[in-house]
Amino acid sequence: MPSVGKIARRTFLIGSAAIAGGVAFGAYLVNRPIPNPLLDDLGEGEAAITPFVKITSDGVTLITPRADKGQGSYSIQAYLIAEELDIDPNETTRTPGLPDQAYYNSEVATEGSPLPAYDESAAAETIRSVLRVVPKLFSVQITGGSSTVPDMYEKLRNAGAVARETLKEAAAQRLGVARADLSTQDGHVIAPDGAKIAYTDLAADAAGIAPITDVTLRDPKEWRYLGKAGLPRTDMEAKCTGAEKYGIDLALDGMLFASICANPGIGGALESFDASEAETMPGVKRVLEVKAGNPGVAVIATNTWYAMQAANAVVCNWGAPNYPATSAEMFDLLEAAVDTKDAYDHRQRNDGDVEAALSEGEVFEAQYRIPFLAHAPMEPMNAVVQVTDDRVDIWTGTQIPLFIRDRAALISGMDAEQIFVHVQPMGGSFGHKLEMTHVEQAVEIAMAEKGTPIKLTWSREEDMTHDYPRPASVMHGRGIVKDGRVDTVDISVSQQAMAPSWFGRLTGMRIPGPDPTITTGSWDQPFAIPNYRVTGYRAPDLAPVSSWRSVGASGNGFYHDTFLDELIHKAGADPLEERLRLCMHAPSRKVLETVGEMSGWDGPSLGEGRGRGVAFCLSFGVPTAQVIEVTNTEFGIRLDKAYIVADVGRVLDPGNAEAQLFGGLIYALSHAINSELTYEDYAPLQTNYHDYEGLRLYQTPEIEVKILENMPGIRGIGEPGVPPAAPALGNAIFAATGQRLREMPFNKHIGFV
Amino acid sequence: MRLTVNGTEYEVDVTPDMPLLWVLRDELNITGPKYGCGIAQCGACTVHVDGLAVRSCQLAIGDLAGGEVTTIEGLAQPNSLHAVQEAWIEHQVAQCGYCQSGQIMQAASFLDLNPTPTDEDIDTAMSANLCRCGTYPRIRAAIHAAAKKLQEA
Repeated sequence: MPSVGKIARRTFLIGSAAIAGGVAFGAYLVNRPIPNPLLDDLGEGEAAITPFVKITSDGVTLITPRADKGQGSYSIQAYLIAEELDIDPNETTRTPGLPDQAYYNSEVATEGSPLPAYDESAAAETIRSVLRVVPKLFSVQITGGSSTVPDMYEKLRNAGAVARETLKEAAAQRLGVARADLSTQDGHVIAPDGAKIAYTDLAADAAGIAPITDVTLRDPKEWRYLGKAGLPRTDMEAKCTGAEKYGIDLALDGMLFASICANPGIGGALESFDASEAETMPGVKRVLEVKAGNPGVAVIATNTWYAMQAANAVVCNWGAPNYPATSAEMFDLLEAAVDTKDAYDHRQRNDGDVEAALSEGEVFEAQYRIPFLAHAPMEPMNAVVQVTDDRVDIWTGTQIPLFIRDRAALISGMDAEQIFVHVQPMGGSFGHKLEMTHVEQAVEIAMAEKGTPIKLTWSREEDMTHDYPRPASVMHGRGIVKDGRVDTVDISVSQQAMAPSWFGRLTGMRIPGPDPTITTGSWDQPFAIPNYRVTGYRAPDLAPVSSWRSVGASGNGFYHDTFLDELIHKAGADPLEERLRLCMHAPSRKVLETVGEMSGWDGPSLGEGRGRGVAFCLSFGVPTAQVIEVTNTEFGIRLDKAYIVADVGRVLDPGNAEAQLFGGLIYALSHAINSELTYEDYAPLQTNYHDYEGLRLYQTPEIEVKILENMPGIRGIGEPGVPPAAPALGNAIFAATGQRLREMPFNKHIGFV
Repeated sequence: MRLTVNGTEYEVDVTPDMPLLWVLRDELNITGPKYGCGIAQCGACTVHVDGLAVRSCQLAIGDLAGGEVTTIEGLAQPNSLHAVQEAWIEHQVAQCGYCQSGQIMQAASFLDLNPTPTDEDIDTAMSANLCRCGTYPRIRAAIHAAAKKLQEA
């Protein structure tokens, strides 16, 4: 799949080649229309007016191709179409459809832009517009990077408007009136005399005419659904009645159940195994060695429980993988790479003269680190696969359906056109389902049982120990304060390459170039500090890693903001006032000011044993500030209250946006306080939720959220709530106790209630 | 082995040590109860046995002893949702929703025992149910709302 390598070089990696490469694609390829995949298997009298709307005499189907892992993407995509189509989305059938080039994600590549999100200049926009083209050319259908809303905002409203106008045209021709004299309402075209014709009744007519593509999108003032408080998520009722079917719930006729034990030293071999006990256990049909994905031994049984029990009973001898055996060795390598010429990866921030400033002033230094983190969504990895002589069907919750299609083609020896990926709703992901090892394994298992659908489910223990975690990293900060102000900030981050590790697994190719995720969230912050430098250093490959909700900003948000907080305290300035003074981006300033107003900010102290911290991070184009208030009790730190302010440009579903923001904060604090993966003998020691604790209800503070709309454009909200939470908590704990926390998880250094 | 789930009697042919969770999910295709951890750490598998919330991943089918099982699928009345489900929908609690069957079953059983809970009571009753999406603030609000509904009913 050479095309993916080109995407990688041109978008995920940064540099002038990205821009030059993009322009070279030319207008023809860029503008060439993509065939509508729904036309391929359309029945008589059925209309697929755009790739996103299908109408038959039985009903209206909305295609919502961006995957839903809990963030509400299916719902908002349906509302975007429905807003222009004039139909209640709850009255439609909604499906992600089959993966196709038509559903490329333009926005996912813009995160790789070499210009920060606050740069709204024409030059920055030109680069982003070039980057938006790349995924179209190479069929990148990915859900990630908080990109669903920005990517789909115009596309889906346009699809709804085209469908609406085409249905009106069909009605106009039938009635012999002008299209302009017709209107639409709740799934019907309304004739001048008030007579109603259902869309379903117009399907056959609409199928026979060319789509009306010359449409004007409605002014937001006319919106009926979008932007309205109390918009119900289309999947809410099903999720409260047990009716929602996730991938793990799928049942097919004749299906058998599988589980697997694979090498927890990812990439290491299966030297030998003894399945003699497993083979005799109840319900076991077959034990087989699996080579695809990550080598291991699978058990096929009559139910998942039997399969898991037998998989646990297989005795395996694992070969060592190609990375250090312990966390201690890994952190040694991370520390060894910081500030060394050989490990230099990139420097995208270099304002003023940091070297000169550091050589003159009194330098404050601090060292930070963050651990590997599992994603640990509630639904473990699973896939149902059925292989026959001429096709492979895969049912799984995934963010990367086309990569799965192409990999399944490789494993099965079939053409991509013979692989059908049926994307299922996900019980969480947080980036976990940007990986496909479980699908590779399931395809190989199903190939051994041709014709029989096989459902492979990882046990929680298998999931936790084969997670492709958030990379660990370390940061060395140096700074100078002068005249009560922050004068110099020099941040050096050392991390193994993340994006190349992930893309390498997806494509089979090791891609060259720097890895921007090492410093995302540090280098791109909207502050004017006189001497300001952020440098990424690349450590050797450690345990294989992947994207974890908010990616580079999950650690860099902590590094950058906490170190800034340290310097502000050294300077004797107020944490909020000094951040505001340094911030040169108006919407970001407004976010900080608003969180100050909400929290009644009058300094970090809240009295004896109590304190508050403020933190800020601009990630995924969304400036986000948080204030957290804590009390140092005799039972440990208690989280009392949290405030979140974010600016997304335009809010489409206020209730869900709020939920994503406070959910992001809680997800971040779960890990900031409690969680880490530590390695011994090449494998994570943590195997289940008992030793990888998330935040519980009793620990959750009261949270107030406010969303602003001052930023230009529109941005996604799934990730930006995460990065400021850990620094806001750490800064609050400093305010309450005087103890500065520079390493996560914080519970290694201080107790919590 | 016989068991009654949501008022329907079933016969299954499995080993007695098999957890109720997997009997429900894989033998009876009742998939509202979810597998999250298998070791009673997350509560996604919560069902009612004789009206009380239990972790179905920890209850061997051989130990069910004639207990009547209710899953999320059997919580509602034929024509109306349970007050907890109504409150969950009104407060738009679910994100990924995977833990919510368990959260709702836990909350329904808890409100049965304690119809007027304080925040502290809710903390105690609900903190063994894990939500990785972080829906807790709305869970708390929805439980108060459900308690009110049940009081008024």
